[in-house]
Amino acid sequence: MSTSIESWQGASAAPAENRHESRKRRDRIHGWAFMAPFLAFFGLFLIWPLIHGAVMSFTGKSLTGANSSFLGLANYAEALGDADMWHALGNTVYFTVISTVPLVVVALAMAALVNMGLPAQWLWRLSFFAPFLLASTVVSLFFVWMFNPQLGLINDVLGKVGIAPVDWLNNPDVAMWSIVAATLWWTVGFNFLLYLAAMQNIPAAHYEAAQLDGAGGWRQFFSITLPQLNQTTAMIVILQVLASLKIFDQVYQMTGGGPGGATRSIVEYIFEAGFTGYRLGYSAAISYIFFGLIVVVSIAQFAITRKRSA
Amino acid sequence: MATTLTAPVRPGRLSAVAPVGKRRRHLSPGRIVATVIVAVLAVTWLVPFAWATVTALKSETEAAATPVTLVPKSGFTPDAFTKVLQQGNIPAWTWNSLFTSAAITAVTLVISALAAYALSRIDFKGRKVLMTIIVASLIVPPPVLIIPLFYQMVSFHMIDSYWGIILPQVIAPAMVFVLKKFFDQIPRELEDAALVDGAGRIRIFLQVVLPLSRPILAAVAIFVFIGAWNNFLWPFIVTNDSAMLTLPVGLQTIKSAYGIQYAQNMASALLAALPLILVFLFFQRQIIKGISTTGLAGT
Repeated sequence: MSTSIESWQGASAAPAENRHESRKRRDRIHGWAFMAPFLAFFGLFLIWPLIHGAVMSFTGKSLTGANSSFLGLANYAEALGDADMWHALGNTVYFTVISTVPLVVVALAMAALVNMGLPAQWLWRLSFFAPFLLASTVVSLFFVWMFNPQLGLINDVLGKVGIAPVDWLNNPDVAMWSIVAATLWWTVGFNFLLYLAAMQNIPAAHYEAAQLDGAGGWRQFFSITLPQLNQTTAMIVILQVLASLKIFDQVYQMTGGGPGGATRSIVEYIFEAGFTGYRLGYSAAISYIFFGLIVVVSIAQFAITRKRSA
Repeated sequence: MATTLTAPVRPGRLSAVAPVGKRRRHLSPGRIVATVIVAVLAVTWLVPFAWATVTALKSETEAAATPVTLVPKSGFTPDAFTKVLQQGNIPAWTWNSLFTSAAITAVTLVISALAAYALSRIDFKGRKVLMTIIVASLIVPPPVLIIPLFYQMVSFHMIDSYWGIILPQVIAPAMVFVLKKFFDQIPRELEDAALVDGAGRIRIFLQVVLPLSRPILAAVAIFVFIGAWNNFLWPFIVTNDSAMLTLPVGLQTIKSAYGIQYAQNMASALLAALPLILVFLFFQRQIIKGISTTGLAGT
C-alpha cells in the first residue's frame, strides 16, 4: 500500500517526509475538488434555504413584499395559538397512524403469501408494485373517479350487494380513510418488496429444523419468519412514519383538504399560509414547527431501534 | 437514521432476490389457498388501472351515464385519447418531464458520484465533518424548504424555467451515501495498481471505479429519474405557465379545467402513466433488486 503510493508521487529523490507532506496536500486538494460540485448545490439549495427559512420565520415577510420587519417569536406564538394549525397537525398525525398500520401489515401479508413459493412470482410483484411508479396526480385521478358517489365503481359494486352509496371524499368521517385506501394502493408495493427480499434472505435451514419438529405453517411464520424480520419491520415502520407525516399530494389533489378542513395536512397548511395567504414568514414558522416534529420522531425512532438491535 | 437507508450493497452483486425458496414445492392445501388469496389481491390491485382504461375508452356520455356499464352500449372508442392528444398540452408536458427528469438524473449522478468517491477514498481534512453534515441533512423534510426556496427562485428569476425545476432537485444526500457504501467495498488493490502506473485521481475514478460501479449507478439513476418524474410539490410551486408544467402538475390542472369529462380525465391519466410503466417493464429486474437491496427509493 504505502510503497505504491510513494511511487505514485513520482520517482523524485525528495525525502520521505516531504513526500508524505505533499501527498497529504494533494489529497486535501483532490478531496475538496471532488466534493465541490455537490457542495455548491448542497449549500445553495439546501443549507441556504434552511437558514433563510429560519430567518424568515422571525419576520413578517409576505409574498406581496410589504412588512418584512423583524417580529421576534410572534409568528411562532401565533402558530401555537392557531386552531387551524393544530387541526392540520392533528390530521397529519391521525393519517400517519391509520396509514402506517395497514401499509406495514398488508405489505407483510402480501410478502408472506407470495413467499410461500407461489408460481408466477413476477406477476404478483408487478401488480403490487406497479402503482408505486405512478405520479400522485395519476393516483388521485383514478381514485377520485372510483370514489365518485354517483358514477364511481366502488359505490356501484356496493349498491349491487345492497349497501347505500357513501360520499367517500365529502363525508368528514370517511374522507381520511378514503385517502388512506388510495395511499395503500399506491405505495404498499414498496414495503412489500422490502419484506419479500428480507424473507428470501432467511436461511432455509431455520425452516427445515422447524419442520422436523413438526411446526406447521402458522407456527413457522410466528416463531421464525416474524422474529427474523424485526430489523426490517423497524426500518419499514420508520420510513413509513416519516413518509406519512409529509403527506400533501393526495390530500391536496383528492379533497383539497376538505371537507371543512377534515383532511388538511400540515404540509398543505404550510403551502396555503405561504401561497394562498401570502404570509411567507408565518408559513416558514409553521415549517419549522413541522421540522421540529420530524426531528423528534426521528430521534425517538433512532433511540428505539438502537436499543432493540443492541 | 442513515444506516437504515443503506442496507447491504455489494459490488458486482446487486441482487438479493434469489429464486424463491425450494421448500414446500408440492401442492399443499396451504399453497393453493395462498395462491387464491394472492390472485384475488392482485386482481383488486389491477382494478383502478382496468377501470380507468374502460372509462377512457368510452364516449363522454357513456362514461357519465348511470347505471355504470362495464362494456359501453355504443362500443369502445379511442375518442378521448385522440382529443386529449390533440387539444391538451400533454405532449408538451411529457417533454418537460422527460427533459427535466433526465437533466436532474445526469447532474445528480455526476455530483453524487464525485462526492461519494471523495468521502470513500480520499483522506482529506474535513471529510468527517462533511460526512456528518450530509448524513444529518437526510432528516430535513423537503416541504420545510419550499417557502425559502420559492423566494430564492423568485430572486434568481427562475420561476417558470427549466433551471427552476431542475436545480433544487439535484441534491440527493441519500444517493451519495448509497454510492459511498458501494465504493467502500471495491478492493483498494485495484486502484493501487493504477496508482503504480502513475494514474491521477480523475483517471482512477473514471477508468477503475466507475466501470466497476455500473450496477449501483444504474440503480441510482433509475431511482432519481422516477423520483424526479413523479415529483409534484416542487414543480407545482415553481411553475405557473401552462407550457412549462411537468406532466404530474399538468394533470392537476386538467382535473379542474376539464371538469366532468371523465373519459378524457382517465385518458390523460393513462397517457401520463404510460412512460413509467414502460420504464418499469424494461428495467423491472434492476428496479426490484435495487429496492430490495438498498431500500432507498421511498425517501
